[in-house]
Amino acid sequence: MFKHWKSGLAGAVAAATLAMPLTAAAELTDGKVKIGVLSDMSGVYKALEGPGAVTAAKMAVEDFGGSVMGKPIEIISADHQNKPDIGASTAREWIDADEVDMITALDNSSVALSVQGLANDKKIITMNTGAGTTALTEEQCTPYGIHYVYDTHALPVGTATAMVKNGGESWFFITADYAFGHSLRDNTGAVVESLGGEVVGNVNAPLSTNDFSSYLLQAQSSGADVIGLANAGQDTVNAIKQANQFRIVQGGQKLAGMLVFITDVHSMGLDIAQGLQFTTAFVWNQNDETEAWSRRFYERHNAMPTMVHAGVYSAVTNYLEAVKATGSDDSDTVRAKLGEMTLNDMFVKGGKILPNGSMLHDMYLVEVKKPDEASEEWDLLRVVSKIPADQAYISLEDSKCPLVN
Amino acid sequence: MSMQVILAQALLGLNVGVFYAMLSLGLAVIFGLLNIINFAHGAMYMLGAFIALIGYSLLEQWFGISLQIGFWASLLVAPLIVGILGVTIERFMLKRLYDLDHIYGLLLTFGITLILQGLFANYFNVSGTPYPGQPESLSGVVNLGFMYFPTYRLFAIIFSLVVCFATWYVIEHTKLGSRLRAGVENPDLTQAFGLNVPLMITLTFAFGAGLAGLAGVLAAPIYSVSPLMGADLIIVVFAVVVIGGMGSIMGAILSGLALGLIEGLTKVFYPPAASTVIFFLMVLVLLFRPAGLFGKEK
Repeated sequence: MFKHWKSGLAGAVAAATLAMPLTAAAELTDGKVKIGVLSDMSGVYKALEGPGAVTAAKMAVEDFGGSVMGKPIEIISADHQNKPDIGASTAREWIDADEVDMITALDNSSVALSVQGLANDKKIITMNTGAGTTALTEEQCTPYGIHYVYDTHALPVGTATAMVKNGGESWFFITADYAFGHSLRDNTGAVVESLGGEVVGNVNAPLSTNDFSSYLLQAQSSGADVIGLANAGQDTVNAIKQANQFRIVQGGQKLAGMLVFITDVHSMGLDIAQGLQFTTAFVWNQNDETEAWSRRFYERHNAMPTMVHAGVYSAVTNYLEAVKATGSDDSDTVRAKLGEMTLNDMFVKGGKILPNGSMLHDMYLVEVKKPDEASEEWDLLRVVSKIPADQAYISLEDSKCPLVN
Repeated sequence: MSMQVILAQALLGLNVGVFYAMLSLGLAVIFGLLNIINFAHGAMYMLGAFIALIGYSLLEQWFGISLQIGFWASLLVAPLIVGILGVTIERFMLKRLYDLDHIYGLLLTFGITLILQGLFANYFNVSGTPYPGQPESLSGVVNLGFMYFPTYRLFAIIFSLVVCFATWYVIEHTKLGSRLRAGVENPDLTQAFGLNVPLMITLTFAFGAGLAGLAGVLAAPIYSVSPLMGADLIIVVFAVVVIGGMGSIMGAILSGLALGLIEGLTKVFYPPAASTVIFFLMVLVLLFRPAGLFGKEK
């Protein structure tokens, strides 16, 4: 009897010790968690996301301990070359052959939309940190798509609101002449007018314009308080550089960049970029926590992180937290958990992921420092004001996402 | 509309105008002396810019030569290389077409343009690569009273004007120029006087091509270097030549400058028309003065 009881106890203990890893192994489909970083590794967006995103994802895994529930976490990466077809076929291979559990980065809106659509068919979570279009969480939202760092609503709304309140009431736009630029201009113009400001003029410049001089002079002669640059990337950099050549900011007008990354500012230099205001989700030296992480990132990447790099770190970390909390890598389970969580880390405070995939978090209006204000090479930005999450992002009530409205 | 705005846009227009002038000058020289409608002119311009770019930043990476050709050296090297390419094209291809209709030369040079563009588009991105070699001494800004103007652009305007008027002077007012014109007017007779007419023709083509290459180098620091930079410009330049009068050297220079100015001023008064105003004028000129403003009726 006693003997029997003893062996029974031993069996129960053995069963109990066995049971935990057994259930976990059953829940983690291929015995590991695999995260894919799909980014532009060689083209125009290389500096703002690219290889730095892989570094950030690897840091997240290391800080998490390298494993979840005793199983390894693996990061793989590829170059989508800004081509939606290449992005989608890579994602398909990752999901079908490599059993990737989550895909992140996805800079470039057209790649982002195509991969998010494909991942939805395959029931795989995407945590987009790089693309801008609100379509990801609006018209083309999916149950598995999360938009994590910024969107084309948050950027202009943040910048325009703050600038109008600071006295920049009349605006002149230089607009990239295609859908992205027009929607950026319309969003921004609407905000300006709703706050009692005025749009005094607009000029459309073809995409990849090299010579902005005559557009800039038109903006200058309009006498507007603010020159809004409804463009991105090289166009923004060219316009800002030439505005400097023609001494426009020194003449008293403000430039408002709608989509600017710290890497753009760094490549322009403070002499040229000083005084430029824009909206960002992350400033590396904003507090001790962000600075500590950013310096570790710098050691590996040789450049300070953009908001997108910091966002990748945060997205991967929180994804792993959700896997750990639910003991599962099943997309529905993890996505439900992510929706319940309040996200708190060095990148985001009190972040919430809505059912449409939009991650609500505070944004910051920043101004580029003057050369004599910078204490070191990458000390480029000064926070002007905080833009609360509910102002920056489209609310669930106003969402055009078919999943919620 | 303040005077200041008008002056500022006019100066920017002049900035564009000098490029029109230099390119249409090359076209006019080649047409005037060779009767060839050189559609590859835009490609020569593009080539000039790329030679400057490659010479400045890619020699080591591409060929393992640790040599950097700076901006000033490019002003000499690029036109030379483009000129040599011009010689090759004239000697081996265009020469066979002299007895045929103009249209054959046009088609051949158009084909050459497409090949060159495709070649460069294969290795460089189409939206443009910035030229990093602008000399430090020209990187400042000049206060002109009515506006701040980048020193480099001012330099480009003055340099181009000097080149244009020097070319005009040589062709119209020197012995060399008169021989050239004689060779064109009556090749057989000129040859009989002991002048090497085929050589003169080859060198003229090389010179025209070199001018386009030079304009390309000058444009590189202002505009990004792109495989399509010539294609974007060449159509306008043809319109400039048509307005000025095919074959008229001074006509090409003056109409290039004037049309740049008009384009700039259109941006002040009605911006959307700026890209079409030149073609509108071209239509008017063709209707009322088919030989062009400075051309002679034949």
